[in-house]
Amino acid sequence: MSTEIENLKTYDPFAEADEDSGKTKQTQEYIHIRIQQRNGRKTLTTVQGIPSKFDHKKILKVVKKEFACNGTIISDTEMGEVIQLQGDQRTKIKEFLTDKENGLGLDDKTIKVHGF
Amino acid sequence: MSTEELSLQRRASRKSVAFTDEKLVVDADGSVTMVASPNDDTKETAMSHTPRTPPLSAALGAFTDAASQAPAAAPAEDADGLDLRLMKKKKKAKVGTAEGDDEAAAPVAGEEGIDLLLKKKKKKVPKDNDDFARKLEKLNIEGKAGEEAAPESEEQEGDWEKGTGIFKHDETSTINYSPLLSRFFALLSQKNPDHASTGTRSYKIPPPQCLREGNKKTIFANLAEICKRMKRADEHVTAYLFAELGTSGSVDGSRRLVIKGRFQQKQIENVLRTYIIEYVTCKTCRSPNTELSKGENRLYFITCNSCGSRRSVQAIKTGFSAQVGKRRKNKA
Repeated sequence: MSTEIENLKTYDPFAEADEDSGKTKQTQEYIHIRIQQRNGRKTLTTVQGIPSKFDHKKILKVVKKEFACNGTIISDTEMGEVIQLQGDQRTKIKEFLTDKENGLGLDDKTIKVHGF
Repeated sequence: MSTEELSLQRRASRKSVAFTDEKLVVDADGSVTMVASPNDDTKETAMSHTPRTPPLSAALGAFTDAASQAPAAAPAEDADGLDLRLMKKKKKAKVGTAEGDDEAAAPVAGEEGIDLLLKKKKKKVPKDNDDFARKLEKLNIEGKAGEEAAPESEEQEGDWEKGTGIFKHDETSTINYSPLLSRFFALLSQKNPDHASTGTRSYKIPPPQCLREGNKKTIFANLAEICKRMKRADEHVTAYLFAELGTSGSVDGSRRLVIKGRFQQKQIENVLRTYIIEYVTCKTCRSPNTELSKGENRLYFITCNSCGSRRSVQAIKTGFSAQVGKRRKNKA
């Protein structure tokens, strides 16, 4: 009996909406890859929404070396940690995110590439 | 056992060789054009290739003299088959007909099941383009000619619009697939041209006109026209453009959109394309005849006018935008 009740509690739809919504958000959340124009021919690439289970710092380090570009991590109040890279790295970063061997091995569908 | 193993090895070696040999033989024979006399053995090989054995074998026989010759020679030479196979490499260049016999003999001579399988593999892989395709063609032709020669001719004569020939009302013989198919498409294009032109049905909008204003701004001149065409509010499209391009802008006096940053027409086209995919076309029927409306709960819904489906679309969200330049920093 007691175990049943406990089970019920954990799945109680009314108990804690935050947890539930958090889970659903995680499944729906996309990784957004955007591009931004700077002065002249220069551009910035921002990667937003990389799951927090990954170490952003390490990712940045690898990516910077691989793409031969500079970059930073910006912690935004709304968007969380955003990786910002110099230049148009959209296709490269997408490949990196989906690569199973040398990358994060994420699902292609969770990644949205924006921009022109 | 030892002998068996040996034979297996020989076969293996022969396979690779035979394969090439076969090709050569076929070509040479083809030019010679021997009369095809398909044997049971050949049929078996044909069987291995494809389920419809008889037409295939016939086709093969007709097509490649070597094949036909081979089967005939094969039964007689069963015992000698192995040796012959080994020999045929050398022979092939010299005499076309002799080669054909040898080759034919080889497949037959071996245990049929294994050899045939191997053979077919070889044939398929190396010959893919030429031989296999040809065989298929032959098969088709043979099948039509041999099995349903009489009905075919009738069908071709028949006219489905007038109801003559095979398409007669009381005609009882079965109609072949190809005339039925052609009739279907003819009727479809006649009565339902929309459906007939499937696949690449293009939704056409006028190309965006991009002008450069000064050095840092782009003018999107015909935004209003495009929006009208898509039946979308200007604001919605501009919001999407700005979000995707990661910039800002304004609308000038003559309803032209001024976008900050340099953009080429191609780039704007790409963004418009994604917009149309996301906010204009119906996901169910792919028709662009849709309406975007604000439903309850501040959600946007797309209602399709042609199929009636309704789906919710994401609100346009401006994502993270990095600070570019110093002035912005001061503003923030």
